[in-house]
Amino acid sequence: MSEARRTRVIRTDYLARVEGEGAMYVKLDGREVAEVKLRIYEPPRFFEALLRGRAFTEAPDITARICGICPVAYQMSAVRAMEDACGVAIDAGPLRDLRRLLYCGEWIESHSLHVYMLHAPDFLGYAGAVEMARDHREIVEQGLQMKKAGNAVMALVGGREVHPINVRVGGFYRAPARAELRTLVDPLERARETALATARWAATLEFPDVQRATELLALSEPDRYPIDLGRIRSDGGLDIAPAEFDAHVVEEHVEHSNALHARIRERGTYLTGPLARYALSFAQLRPLAREAAREAGLGPVCRNPFQSIVVRAVELVQACDEALALIDGHVEPDAPAVEVIPRRSVGHGATEAPRGLLYHRYEIDDDGTILDAKIVPPTSQNQLAIEEDLRAVVEAGLDLPDEQLSLRCEQTIRNHDPCISCATHFLKLTVDRG
Amino acid sequence: MNTTPEQAPALAATGTRTLKGTPPSGAQAGRQTLAVWKFASCDGCQLSLLDCEDELLLLADRVEIAHFVEASSATVDGPYDVSIVEGSITTAHDAERIREVRASSRVLITIGACATSGGIQALRNFADVDDFTAIVYASPDYISTLRTSTPISAHVPVDYELNGCPIDKRQLLEVIGAHLAGRRPRVRAHSVCVECKRRGTVCVMVAHGTPCLGPVTHAGCGAICPSYDRGCYGCYGPMEAPNTDALSARMAQLGCEEVDLVRVYRTFNAGSTAFQRESEAHERG
Repeated sequence: MSEARRTRVIRTDYLARVEGEGAMYVKLDGREVAEVKLRIYEPPRFFEALLRGRAFTEAPDITARICGICPVAYQMSAVRAMEDACGVAIDAGPLRDLRRLLYCGEWIESHSLHVYMLHAPDFLGYAGAVEMARDHREIVEQGLQMKKAGNAVMALVGGREVHPINVRVGGFYRAPARAELRTLVDPLERARETALATARWAATLEFPDVQRATELLALSEPDRYPIDLGRIRSDGGLDIAPAEFDAHVVEEHVEHSNALHARIRERGTYLTGPLARYALSFAQLRPLAREAAREAGLGPVCRNPFQSIVVRAVELVQACDEALALIDGHVEPDAPAVEVIPRRSVGHGATEAPRGLLYHRYEIDDDGTILDAKIVPPTSQNQLAIEEDLRAVVEAGLDLPDEQLSLRCEQTIRNHDPCISCATHFLKLTVDRG
Repeated sequence: MNTTPEQAPALAATGTRTLKGTPPSGAQAGRQTLAVWKFASCDGCQLSLLDCEDELLLLADRVEIAHFVEASSATVDGPYDVSIVEGSITTAHDAERIREVRASSRVLITIGACATSGGIQALRNFADVDDFTAIVYASPDYISTLRTSTPISAHVPVDYELNGCPIDKRQLLEVIGAHLAGRRPRVRAHSVCVECKRRGTVCVMVAHGTPCLGPVTHAGCGAICPSYDRGCYGCYGPMEAPNTDALSARMAQLGCEEVDLVRVYRTFNAGSTAFQRESEAHERG
């Protein structure tokens, strides 16, 4: 066999700095990319099955346990879907604002974690944030303090940082008082300054020149940056209600993988997450966030996944600034929750987890018993786009030595902040660990 | 560590990379080593370590974080002074892997409801796992899983268990600190009721008739739910010697039906002995 046809394998069997257990496998046949896999081997936990027979009111607490990194996203999609099933819509007013505030807290926490502890080490050449802190203690500490501000919002509005206890179908158990919310202003103002500095700093990092044409899909609203509700839109022209998600997005079993891959019917791969939200809702960013994007050199669309660290920084500015505005304009609700009476029905809910669109669908009985559940997390939607990114990055980096190419590939995966704990519960998998 | 099965080559490979800050192999003189391991779980309990924003870097100054894949691609071979284990055992492979983690750890601490009682995924223990697989996966043949989700202590000796879904990060720091210092952790096994009294929260069951698992639930969270006008839902698992019979009788008077009682005991600590027995009593009811 000539040297040009030599088989070369780039693999990482336990991906670091992602949530959950996954592996990467790339096989080159000479200069041809023969196989690309982002493999999920985290054990299944069967959430859709164990939800059957439970009360509709239990869905937010149970589904939160799918992911310790974005429990609020699960709670919000679950309550939206249950309220939809019961003919209730909390689309405006103080309860919706409190939900958005809580969700901003999760975005700040999760994005700070990703930018500083999971992604930045790739750009600066460290194994992790603790190692990075030996040389750049101040940078890591400022990231941790911003993360702490997000956690403070979750702890106050949600009751605690991981698996908040205050979210219920119809609203909250207790609405925090205005005076309590005011205690968040100082940490959030400091976090907003840090977020602005983060955007400036992230813009100075070195980015491989990669442009991806993947269709971008996100929630969208006419006058707000999408977080907690909206229509599902794509830059390819899709524009549907969450209830139509199932009809337009299909999950296919592709031959090279044992995972289900989501595609837009008759169109193909799409990407959800910060790049998609940013491109589809640039005009809805708060002025301060738009200014931060401009200063960081971003146009209204960013198609380089390596620059997602800059887009996340812009979304950190957005989330801090919006959280402060929500507190400033806060009006205490008349009651912490509205009444939600179950009926035999189907409900849909879609919200924007930090990593992208999270879709829930439930069928419930007259007494509120869950008959069927379907949950589509962002990482499973992005898996195909991540593999296509990997293929492009490998094709562009064929002359890199194995170690560098491998690191570049891992970074390509981390660009999308995959949450494998989320994806697993519905992915088909083999326990072939190679 | 030279005993992890299939993952071992890759772990070794990442450990030998020439990234800046990659620690040298083996424990540095004078510093104890800490390892963090994940089994079937949501990642939330190990995230609690990263949520110690004010203490994380100080902890890293004092101990060598030798294996923590969610936080770093650099890993150091065992043996380890303290291993922190999150998650439950749900596959044959993981049942083998936990034995290897045990063999390479001087002290093994399990954190969170998954590791200490099997977690929410232990609901399969009350059902037919083949039915569960068929509901979630179109090709059940691909799924290799055990019929039960079990706590770590069902497989290997455990030195300390920290309850909670999720654990409390202050308790986590206390437990790690105590084990590194060779003393007993100051963690109380009394009920959530005591925590309500301490913080001056009005009893939601007495004052409002709200069903509450506080009287039988292990302390540790700080009694968050009642302070938010909600009954405790038992995410810290059973306290020492809980009187679930008496509590169930009271909750029945407050309007809970048998199906509700089965549900309240059958959540994140459904596999704990006390809660399992009580849920089964009402299922038969």
